[in-house]
Amino acid sequence: MKIHEYQAKARLREYGIRTPKGVPCFSVDEAMQAADTLGGDFWVVKAQIHAGGRGKAGGVKLARNRDELKEYATEILGKVLVTPQTGPEGQEVRRLYIESGADIAQELYVGAVVDRSRRRVTLMASSEGGTEIEEVAEATPEKIHKVFVQPDIGLTRDEALQLSENIGIPKASLEQGADFMMNLYECFQGEDASLLEVNPLIVTGDGDVIALDGKMNFDENADFRHPNWPELRDTDEEDPNEIEASKYGLSYIALDGSIGCLVNGAGLAMATMDIIKLYGSEPANFLDVGGGATAEQVTGAFKIMLSSSQVKAIMVNIFGGIMRCDVIAEGLVQAAKEVGLSIPLIVRLEGTNVKKGRQILEESGIALTVATTMSDAAQKAVAAVK
Amino acid sequence: MAILIDKNSKVVTQGITGNTGSFHTKHCIEYAFGDQAFVAGVTPGKGGEMVEDVPVYNTVAEARKETGCNVSVIYVPPPYAAAAIDEAVEAEMELVICITEGIPVRDMIATSHRLRETNTTLIGPNCPGVITPDEIKIGIMPGYIHKKGKIGVVSRSGTLTYEVVHQLTQLGLGQSTCVGIGGDPVNGLKHLDVVKLFNEDPDTDGVVLCGEIGGTDEEECADWIAQNMTKPVVGFIAGVTAPPGKRMGHAGAIISGGKGTAAEKIKALQNAGVHVTENPADIGELMQSVLKG
Repeated sequence: MKIHEYQAKARLREYGIRTPKGVPCFSVDEAMQAADTLGGDFWVVKAQIHAGGRGKAGGVKLARNRDELKEYATEILGKVLVTPQTGPEGQEVRRLYIESGADIAQELYVGAVVDRSRRRVTLMASSEGGTEIEEVAEATPEKIHKVFVQPDIGLTRDEALQLSENIGIPKASLEQGADFMMNLYECFQGEDASLLEVNPLIVTGDGDVIALDGKMNFDENADFRHPNWPELRDTDEEDPNEIEASKYGLSYIALDGSIGCLVNGAGLAMATMDIIKLYGSEPANFLDVGGGATAEQVTGAFKIMLSSSQVKAIMVNIFGGIMRCDVIAEGLVQAAKEVGLSIPLIVRLEGTNVKKGRQILEESGIALTVATTMSDAAQKAVAAVK
Repeated sequence: MAILIDKNSKVVTQGITGNTGSFHTKHCIEYAFGDQAFVAGVTPGKGGEMVEDVPVYNTVAEARKETGCNVSVIYVPPPYAAAAIDEAVEAEMELVICITEGIPVRDMIATSHRLRETNTTLIGPNCPGVITPDEIKIGIMPGYIHKKGKIGVVSRSGTLTYEVVHQLTQLGLGQSTCVGIGGDPVNGLKHLDVVKLFNEDPDTDGVVLCGEIGGTDEEECADWIAQNMTKPVVGFIAGVTAPPGKRMGHAGAIISGGKGTAAEKIKALQNAGVHVTENPADIGELMQSVLKG
């Protein structure tokens, strides 16, 4: 789960990290009021969308007076930002964050992620802040410094000081730098983050260490520990079909192709997408119906897939284990009848009670094609859309 | 011989009184030597009860003392599952298989760290379990699709593994042991660890390795295979068509920062001499042709 910059900064402040003062706004009027509340001579108008790369796309602007503030707020609010992370369709800006301007002497990068191989939280830091960290890692890997945090000890003061020194925080600000590093790690842990990035972290002309940006993703598995997460969620930023799918307990991701896929299990679902491509077409989605595959879930899945006009055929690939194929077949038939399927449906069932399952499908009176293997199903689905 | 488990394993089910735990314990007991293998269950506060004729204890330590169990399988709900692993480790289980899906990464980092200095092996979480055909099944896979034989299978996913096993069995290629290592980013045994075990197992002639996008486990395994593997390996990587930045069902199946793509993994495996197919329906046939040489 992703949250906005202003929400991430509020979390950071709870862990003692300094950020500029700011106010989230939903309208130009609110933005003007925010300037009054914040005071000062200049402000930064920041588009609040979940994707990164906002600055280059024109979503972050420095306003030197109230006229400029009004101009930029009007311009950015409602604008569709296209960044490398939004995809070509872009993301509409519905929220702004108006922040007091800062006196930047130095721009740094600090991020925390989980290193899967080492099974540890890793702090990554660099003197090259304000740019894409992947580019820094590619061009000048020696400028990325890492600490693999010991799970039972946590980040030590010495490690935090060393990391601050490595990225060029001046001597007079090193203690502040170390505080920041330690607080960032505590925040990552306490909030069950899966990603926490401050880019840039700045040192001001007065030597203060301040988080000028904040990007934070949560580990959804930990939702039971965080009753406040639903309030932080911004469903405007999510694909409506993905939200609808989650109501049915389906894991769904929209793609660009023309063959809808309905599969049980994430690995098999990916393999099904891949085999469609292998036979010359493209999958319209990833959809894992889980172990149960009830009639309700299948109905929901069909409705979601059919809501897209680009879907020209549906391929069902179910390996029935504990859940029997005959039960799944009945669910499929019921769902197909309920939604009134009008595009080709290719069904491949395998596993427990498969004969009975296929029989139910064939005798259902529904126009569907029964396939025997994954290859057979994929070939039939691809032929149906060509 | 097989790897990790056989008919002499003595198993305790943690979370046996829950719906999932009792349902799957029943199916495991019904499979091959399961009735001898499943000797205990644990649910705190329910000691003294019986589930499927298996005695329930309050703690794993107590179950071990009373029954001599050496393997634990866990169906405990996510908020308590990492603590359940810790408990099994403290009770000195040799092997812990955690089926539970949805354990927070923070919990698994702490638990895997505690595991390091012990003699316990962890498989999972978020996995279908382990099966040695015709001997013992510990997990949620459908037993009947398996056939005893000489192919080792290691995979991060559940139903894709069933698909592979089904293909192998249809071709008459039985399996020595099938290991689901799970789809989470922080887990116990990785591909590399299981492939090493298969390489040393005299009853395994070839290995099917199923990977998927996310992380670099498959690449690390490929490095080892290139240097050390003496048996043929057939590989498949799911997620060639997966978009970056999106979690594909499994918590660990995500391409992030341009890392963990299927293309990189396929290349690494091919460079290591693994027979890689891009067609998930051809895995069994490829293994058959590789064995015929």
